[in-house]
Amino acid sequence: MDLIANLSLGFSVAFTPINLLYAFIGCVLGTLIGVLPGIGPVATIAMLLPATYALPPVSALIMLAGIYYGAQYGGSTTAILVNLPGESSSVVTCIDGYQMARKGRAGPALAAAGIGSFFAGCVGTLILAAFAPPLTELAFKFGPAEYFALMVLGLIGAVVLASGSLLKAIAMIVLGLLMGLVGTDVNSGVARFSFDIPELTDGIGFVVIAMGVFGYGEIISNLAQPEDEREVFTAKVTGLFPTKQDFKDMAPAMLRGTFLGSALGILPGGGALLAAFAAYALEKKMKLKPGEVPFGQGNIRGVAGPESANNAGAQTSFIPLLTLGIPPNAVMALMVGAMTIHNIQPGPQVMTSNPELFWGLIASMWIGNAMLIILNLPLIGMWIKLLTVPYRYLFPSIVLFCAIGVYSTNNNTFDVWTVGIFGVIGYIFVKLGAEPAPLLLGFILGPMMEENLRRALLLSRGDWSVFVTRPLSAGLLAAGLLLLAIVLLPSIKNKREEAFVED
Amino acid sequence: MNIKSQKDFFAGLMFMGVGAAFAFGATTYSVGTGARMGPGYFPLMLGILLAVLGTAITFNALVVERVGGDKIGKWAYKPLFFIIAANLLFGVCLGGLPSIGIPAMGMMFGIYVLTFVSSLAETGMKIKATFILATVLAVISYVAFVQVLKLQFPVWPAFITG
Repeated sequence: MDLIANLSLGFSVAFTPINLLYAFIGCVLGTLIGVLPGIGPVATIAMLLPATYALPPVSALIMLAGIYYGAQYGGSTTAILVNLPGESSSVVTCIDGYQMARKGRAGPALAAAGIGSFFAGCVGTLILAAFAPPLTELAFKFGPAEYFALMVLGLIGAVVLASGSLLKAIAMIVLGLLMGLVGTDVNSGVARFSFDIPELTDGIGFVVIAMGVFGYGEIISNLAQPEDEREVFTAKVTGLFPTKQDFKDMAPAMLRGTFLGSALGILPGGGALLAAFAAYALEKKMKLKPGEVPFGQGNIRGVAGPESANNAGAQTSFIPLLTLGIPPNAVMALMVGAMTIHNIQPGPQVMTSNPELFWGLIASMWIGNAMLIILNLPLIGMWIKLLTVPYRYLFPSIVLFCAIGVYSTNNNTFDVWTVGIFGVIGYIFVKLGAEPAPLLLGFILGPMMEENLRRALLLSRGDWSVFVTRPLSAGLLAAGLLLLAIVLLPSIKNKREEAFVED
Repeated sequence: MNIKSQKDFFAGLMFMGVGAAFAFGATTYSVGTGARMGPGYFPLMLGILLAVLGTAITFNALVVERVGGDKIGKWAYKPLFFIIAANLLFGVCLGGLPSIGIPAMGMMFGIYVLTFVSSLAETGMKIKATFILATVLAVISYVAFVQVLKLQFPVWPAFITG
């Protein structure tokens, strides 16, 4: 069989001691960096890119891929422990993971994230190996109208995530979209909403908004409460590993998350991120079993599902890169850079012209995932210790790491000023009961949506009906409408509100 | 007229204001038509949408009855001020403010400033404990960011390193 022959070629490349070593270095670096809030995989890969110059191309890519996965693992760790999403796809993990940690169940939450990611990684690797060629055909069918429709669907999915008022969640998305537009318009070169500040012409950084709104906003509102009512952790940490019941709850969530993640990851345009949001929305729609913790209060499914989905999505997002040469996100764009440094033109020809690179990379993804779980499960105990640090020592440290992380992304004090502003805005959001998670999703999708809307309307000569006459796009929009209708239906609306009254 | 939900009322006002500001700002760029979208087209659409949503939220806040009135509550000025000030002072330490003659003091000095100022956000700061915390953080940061990750920071005051 082709698949087996290909995979064995891949493993023979990846299993050389030297490549194993690079995969290991990549994973360790990635985890360390992912744990530090603010320094995401993009910054890390960008910093280490020159260092891979001297390596053979396969080893270089293997190491970079290791950093990518490692950073995702590390990012979920901070999301769970201190409610700071290290990078965009762990925003959802914060919602239930942090609540679990507050209830003394950080261990199971971290284990669920780790095991879910590993499982999804294994499946994702297999899918990548088996379906990379045929799946590219589907991606070919996606035009700008379809992308736009897909993003609308993704955003509607995000609305379901917010626990407060529906209208406010939609408004937060739109606000996020608008913030995403700050900066130079790619088409006309006009600097929009930049107030003649040169740094703003590059747009507002994701890290700046995430750190300001999630990090500082949260710290300030925590400190505002009297010490005994503070939103920190119940001192008692119960059990490092998930119980049997936990496994029972999270296994189906992992399966669903993996499936969803693999499917969405293939689509260029933030696959892993959309996947995590969609998986959480899906889990929330599933009926709660009697005695299960409601979502938003520390349900283990809310960690396992999105974590599996984002890892599966991260895996399959290599498909558009390796087969079409289209980078689906910033990290992949850097991988393209790494490939071109080594004189490899990403695209369909990689599979035939450099089979050992193509399959070696795929095999190393599995190896990287295996290494990460070996590396991370024993470390859970250590991460938990972090939680026993009193808040009075924890919050200055978080402020410091946020400030350093923000500064180091651009080596620019301007970002430190803006994160301060977003800290104030974040606190206002907390005070007004406006949830920041949908804002972040909108912020990331803003420029992409505008670009695809522009292209779609350009192709249709300004005819808006293009979104409903193309079957794929119409289907996606119909799914979005259906979702919205379900949420708005009176009976469900009441239930939804009931579910949130408790908190 | 009674405000039924304070939080929603002001959130709605905020969305209205921000939406209107964005929409107004967008009109200063060329808007264009659907087929040839100018840089102002998409922000104008979104700005209007946000303002409309804000109006709806405000209206709802005046009409729909809530339990307890959804009060905003007291603003925590003290933590707000000290956390943001700590962050800004850290930035000043890293970059300096050449316009008013403050030199860059570097990261190590900045860490002490940040730790002390942010600790003021909580009542009952213990000077000794804060000092130890700052030292620990400084060592960790030096090893992790400067030695291992080799990030480019001004580590020491500019007048020492030259």
